[in-house]
Amino acid sequence: MNNNSLELEETVKELGQYFKTGKTKSVTWRKNQLQAILNLVRENEDAISKALYQDLGKHPVEAYRDELGGVEKSAQNSLDSVEKWMAPTKSNIPLLFFPAKGEVLPEPLGVVLIFSSWNFPIMLALDPIIGAISAGNVVVIKPSDQAPACSSFLANTLPQYLDTNAIKVIEGGGDVCEQILLHKWDKIFFTGSPRVARIVMTSAARNLTPVTLELGGKCPAIFDHLSNPSDFKMAVKRIVGAKWGICSGQACIGIDYLLVEEKYSSEVIELLKKFIRKFYGDNMVESRVLSRIINKQHFERLCNLLKDPLVAASIVHGGSIDETNLFIEPTILLDPPLDAEIMTEEIFGPLLPVITVNKIQESIGFINSRPKPLTIYAFTKDDTFKRKIVAETSSGSVIFNDTLVQFLCDTLPFGGVGQSGFGRYHGKYSFDTFSHEKAVMHRHLCLEIEPRYPPWNKFKLEFIRLAYRLNYFGLVLHMLGLKKHN
Amino acid sequence: MATSKVNKKVFDSEEALTTVKDLRTTFDSGKTRSYEWRISQLKALLELTEQKEQEIVKALCNDLDKPPLETVAYEISMLKNSCKTAIKELKHWMAPEKVKTSLTTFPSSAEIVSEPLGVVLVISAWNYPFLLSLDPVIGAIAAGNAVVLKPSELAPATSSLLTKLLAEYMDNSSIRVVEGAVDETSALLQQKWDKIFYTGNGKVARIVMAAAAKNLTPVVLELGGKSPVIVDSNSNINLQVATRRIIAGKWGCNNGQACISPDYIITTKDYAPKLVDSLKTELESFYGKNPLESKDLSRIVNSNHFARLSKLLDDDKVSGKTVYGGEKDESKLRISPTILLDVPRDSLIMNEEIFGPLLPIITVDKLEESFDVINSGPKPLAAYLFTNNKKLKEQFVKTISAGGLVINDTTLHLAVHTLPFGGVGDSGVGAYHGKFSFDAFSHKKAVLYRSFFGDASIRYPPYTKTKMRFLKALMTGGLLAIINAIFGKS
Repeated sequence: MNNNSLELEETVKELGQYFKTGKTKSVTWRKNQLQAILNLVRENEDAISKALYQDLGKHPVEAYRDELGGVEKSAQNSLDSVEKWMAPTKSNIPLLFFPAKGEVLPEPLGVVLIFSSWNFPIMLALDPIIGAISAGNVVVIKPSDQAPACSSFLANTLPQYLDTNAIKVIEGGGDVCEQILLHKWDKIFFTGSPRVARIVMTSAARNLTPVTLELGGKCPAIFDHLSNPSDFKMAVKRIVGAKWGICSGQACIGIDYLLVEEKYSSEVIELLKKFIRKFYGDNMVESRVLSRIINKQHFERLCNLLKDPLVAASIVHGGSIDETNLFIEPTILLDPPLDAEIMTEEIFGPLLPVITVNKIQESIGFINSRPKPLTIYAFTKDDTFKRKIVAETSSGSVIFNDTLVQFLCDTLPFGGVGQSGFGRYHGKYSFDTFSHEKAVMHRHLCLEIEPRYPPWNKFKLEFIRLAYRLNYFGLVLHMLGLKKHN
Repeated sequence: MATSKVNKKVFDSEEALTTVKDLRTTFDSGKTRSYEWRISQLKALLELTEQKEQEIVKALCNDLDKPPLETVAYEISMLKNSCKTAIKELKHWMAPEKVKTSLTTFPSSAEIVSEPLGVVLVISAWNYPFLLSLDPVIGAIAAGNAVVLKPSELAPATSSLLTKLLAEYMDNSSIRVVEGAVDETSALLQQKWDKIFYTGNGKVARIVMAAAAKNLTPVVLELGGKSPVIVDSNSNINLQVATRRIIAGKWGCNNGQACISPDYIITTKDYAPKLVDSLKTELESFYGKNPLESKDLSRIVNSNHFARLSKLLDDDKVSGKTVYGGEKDESKLRISPTILLDVPRDSLIMNEEIFGPLLPIITVDKLEESFDVINSGPKPLAAYLFTNNKKLKEQFVKTISAGGLVINDTTLHLAVHTLPFGGVGDSGVGAYHGKFSFDAFSHKKAVLYRSFFGDASIRYPPYTKTKMRFLKALMTGGLLAIINAIFGKS
């Protein structure tokens, strides 16, 4: 798609006009588009895997598990549920307003803009699109230019399956983003970094455009002592699988750092090393199981995190880099300095700091003194501790004894709080995030209540007081002149 | 007990920072999270509203010449109701919501836990200065937050009354009032809030949202717009009742200075005269022959708005269109209920939210054209339709996008706590009232509990074809597909 600004203006105008025809509001249209997305994903599995491998070196299983499978699941769920979601919800109206009927009717917002990020370039583009379509909107998707193969794929393939009058792909980098943000949108859905989120929201403010910001943060994993050895093993496996098995740590809900009691730290680290070797072998480039770092810029960023001598000194496993292939070995650090960048910035890479505390309960204070993350993971069988974590910390979500699966649970809202973002999606929440919930109240022109109108007097005042208190009996007495009023 | 002595100290950025720091310390102590604290504050608000009714009525009289009944009905009673609803429902609102989980994450259990956002800012408006300050505060408190309230300086008597009363009745370590105008508001907006709730106009809303963007602070913006009324000529409506309800919503609500007041009417050319006559008759029965003097109407809030409204009447494009009223008294800041008929669509009065006692009537040939008229402009906060025609009602609900719709009445939906109250497009972002207020000031945290039983090795490398097959079945298939996968079928 040509990034000419005049063309962009035309595009936005056309989309608005198409939306006004009302075509996208029909349940048939929505279902057709959702089915089309299903077909797209099913018929292009190889092409998508290829693009993901090109952009990120993702293994096909990872590509399916984290991207394709998720999209398929989401599209199918929306297809099955959209009609139900579209139905108005009845609201109870107090007797006072009888006869009256109330309901909340969801309606599409109109022309929506979706920015997706580079780490899950297919999933994070198509999943919000699924939400926007099921809510009846027209969409512009701006995929990240840092995942160019996937961006191309979307630009070439979406028009082959979806209604091109309603869904458009605009490719490009920062300058294109700037251009796009000059226009008036009915909603902006952004996945990415807090820095760019600020720019997006500031732009949105010019038109009072509502936004959903799916950001990230330093997602901690609290690792409590697990006395059962098989539980302990499973927990470590899950942590390893989550940290390095998901885009090499380049995920918003990836584990950023571990919190563990000092006396167990060596045990944990040993087992971490063992599973790293088991899963990823000794030659990570050849095994093709690990994703690589997205590009040179991020590669350098991550290398720089390790350059600090105190940080480098804390490396207990890994640390080697392959600049040609943009690979960084799974790396574990033990107690790097807390004021080093590796502990103040979101890592978004295959480096895992292990922070030790005296007592595991101190994790709560540690986490609370930092910006609210997207997810807190906690491995523990202590129910009291679980309750404490839920009650005393704040994060987008909390997951006990596992990692990442919340992404697959479409009955749970997925979104952040504080610096990790606001708004949410997945399942019906996607539909809601792209809808306006319109309140509708029906009244009749009979059964009029006289005391509603001026001229005002004491009688009418008392009537209204009683009415507000829903004191129906009092009202009746009042009307009959039998109630004393002060 | 704090008094409302004149405080010469300037409320600048430093003061604002200190205020936020204090509140954050209180919030971090966990004090505002307990059910007991929230209930105690809600009860205190209720007490305040019940015990100080006379003072509140007086303040609103000072600020707006608001008839005591309007104050009692729309500000005090509504606020009391809001408090009572929150007190009654709070336990239920605070309870975590259990959530179903699917086979994909078996075995697991999940819930959604509501938690407070932290330290929030409520910026209120001048037209219902009591209600629009405290109603959002009820939501903030119910959700367990610490709150700063910034009342509108254009209603100064209410603003200082709120300062005095909240200091007297509420927990000062977590609920504060900051008075002032642009400078003080700017100082507040420079701080980092966990949520900003703003009621007012689009221009300031943009400034608020841009300031919020710096800290990625979520906002609720309760704005306004031109709320239209469509009157159907063809379905034999009870015109008298319809007219009365329009009048109650327009002039009965702060003399048209309300975000959901009927702004203008659309009806057919031949019906318009009938409608005008009905309006005239009912207006006279409500406000007498000299409505400029009527004690049952609020005045215009200040000379700026008076000038603004005068300008709308002085617009050349509407000259000769006034069919009723049009009297002004600048010294008393009063404008009588005024009706204009057949105003051109490009007149000033049709291009900005009126927010006053002027009611233009637009006429169309066919009533269906009214939908295009409305949809060609920014989305309003409310839209109204008077009709007995079922099909027209359905069309209206389907076609008109607005914050809320009412059929055969005006403004009442404000009082219904089970309906979300908020705008869309230019009329705002977010909603509140009832549980929607609690939700607006909460973070809904997803919590997933998993066990160590049953780990799927398919999650881990080395990745094989079998694992891939199983994975596919697990993610998108049902139980049957999973069983198939286990037995090696594809």
